[in-house]
Amino acid sequence: MPGFSQNKVLTLPSLALISALFLSACATTQDVATRTDGINDPYETQNRKVHAFNKGLDKNLIRPVAQGYGVVPVEIRNTVNNFSDNLSMPGVAVNSLLQGDLKGTGLATLRFVVNTTVGLGGLFDAASEFRIPDHETDFGETLAVWGVGEGAYIELPLFGPSTQRATAGLVVDFFTNPLTYSTIDGDDRIIPPTAAGVAALNDRERFGDSIDAVLYDSADSYAQSRQTYLQNRRFELGGNAGEGVDPYSADPYEDPYAQ
Amino acid sequence: MLNNLNRREFFVGTIAASLMLSRPAAALTEAGAKQLVDSVVSEVERVVTSGKSDSAVLRELEKLFVRYADVNIMAQYALGVDGRSASAAQKRAFSDAFTGYIARKYGKQFRDFIGGRVEVQSTRQIKAGYEVKTLAYLQGDGPFDVTFHVSDKSGRDKFFNIYIEGVNLLLTERTEIGAMLDKRGGDINAMIADLKSAG
Repeated sequence: MPGFSQNKVLTLPSLALISALFLSACATTQDVATRTDGINDPYETQNRKVHAFNKGLDKNLIRPVAQGYGVVPVEIRNTVNNFSDNLSMPGVAVNSLLQGDLKGTGLATLRFVVNTTVGLGGLFDAASEFRIPDHETDFGETLAVWGVGEGAYIELPLFGPSTQRATAGLVVDFFTNPLTYSTIDGDDRIIPPTAAGVAALNDRERFGDSIDAVLYDSADSYAQSRQTYLQNRRFELGGNAGEGVDPYSADPYEDPYAQ
Repeated sequence: MLNNLNRREFFVGTIAASLMLSRPAAALTEAGAKQLVDSVVSEVERVVTSGKSDSAVLRELEKLFVRYADVNIMAQYALGVDGRSASAAQKRAFSDAFTGYIARKYGKQFRDFIGGRVEVQSTRQIKAGYEVKTLAYLQGDGPFDVTFHVSDKSGRDKFFNIYIEGVNLLLTERTEIGAMLDKRGGDINAMIADLKSAG
C-alpha cells in the first residue's frame, strides 16, 4: 500500500492515543489489588481461556518452529535480533524523552545512528562494541512514570501476559514508533514486525527451558506465568511500579504461614 | 570421599568441624553475607564443572542447597497458610520433599552455568539480614540480575530467598505448591507424594 494517505497517518496515532487514554482511565479505577498477594485479576475466567489458546499455539506452532529455528547458527540468529533491536531504538528514544530521561534519549539515538551506519543497517551491534549502554523501554513504562496505575492483569492472545497499562502502551507503541507504521511505506512496512517476530522466536528458543518450566512443568501454568510476568515487569519498572506487593518485603521469618 | 582421607586427617577434620559447630554463631555482617554468596557461587561452579554424571551433579547440588540455604524456613513459606493445619510429621515430610524438588528443578539447568560468572554488585541491610545483589554472566547471555537474601535467624548464616530478574523464588514456589494442593483438593499428603517426583 504505497501512498498511504497523509490524512490516515495523522489520525491513526491520535486514535491510538485516545483508546490508550480510555484504557488507562479504566486502569486507574481498577487499580486496587483485589487479592492479598498483590495480583489484580478480575478477568481471570476470560484470561484463562486466552491462556489455554496461547499454550496450544505455543505447543503446536511456536515451540516447534523455535526449535527448528534453533538449528540456524547463533551468529545469524543474533544478527536478526540486532536488526530488530535497532529498529526499536527510535521508539526507545521517544519514550525516554516522554519520561524525562534525556540521557536515555541521547543514548538510544546514538545507538541507532551508530548501528545503522557502522553496524550496517543494524545487523551488527557496533554500539555495544563502543560501550554505548543499551536500555529498553516502552509506552507502558512511560504511562507508569506519568503515574498511571498498572490496572488489571490481562493475558493477550499471542503476546501473552500483560496488564491494562502495558496493553495501552503496546497499542500506542505500535502506532507511534517512528519506524513502524507511519514512516515506512508500502511492502517495507512488514519488515519491523517480521524482524520482531523472528527475534521473539529466537528468545523462545534461548530461554526455552525456563519457558517450558512455566508452561508445561508447573501445576497451574496460568497462575505461574501471571506471577512470573508481574514480578518481572514490576522489577523492570523499578521504583516507578509503585503498586502491588514490594517483592523485597517477603520476610518468611516474620510468619512463614502468613498469607 | 571418605576413602581418600587417611584416619588422621579424618580425625583432625572431625575435631575441627565439631569445634566450628560448637562455636557460638557470630552475628551476620555485611561482609559475612557477601562471603556466603561468594561461597555458594564458587561451590556451585565447582560442582557443575566437575564433569560428573547428571545424577551425581544433582545430588551434589542438593547437598549445597541444604548447606547454604535455610531450607526449613523456605519450605514453611512455600507451604504458606496451609502449613498451619499440617502436623509436625507432615511438615518434616514436606520439607524433605521440597528440598529434593528445588534441587531437581533449579539444578537441572546446571549446564547453563558452565563457563559463566557471577559478580557481587552491592549489599544492603534488610529486615531479616542482608540483601546481596549480583550480576550473572552466562555463556553468551545476560547479565542477569540475581539477588540473594541472607539471614542468620536460623542460627547460622544462610540464604532464604533468591530473586532472578525480580522473580522471587519463594513466591514462585508458594504459587506452585498452592496449585499442587488445589489439584489434590487440599490433601497435604497427596501433594507431598506428587512433590517427590516433581521438578
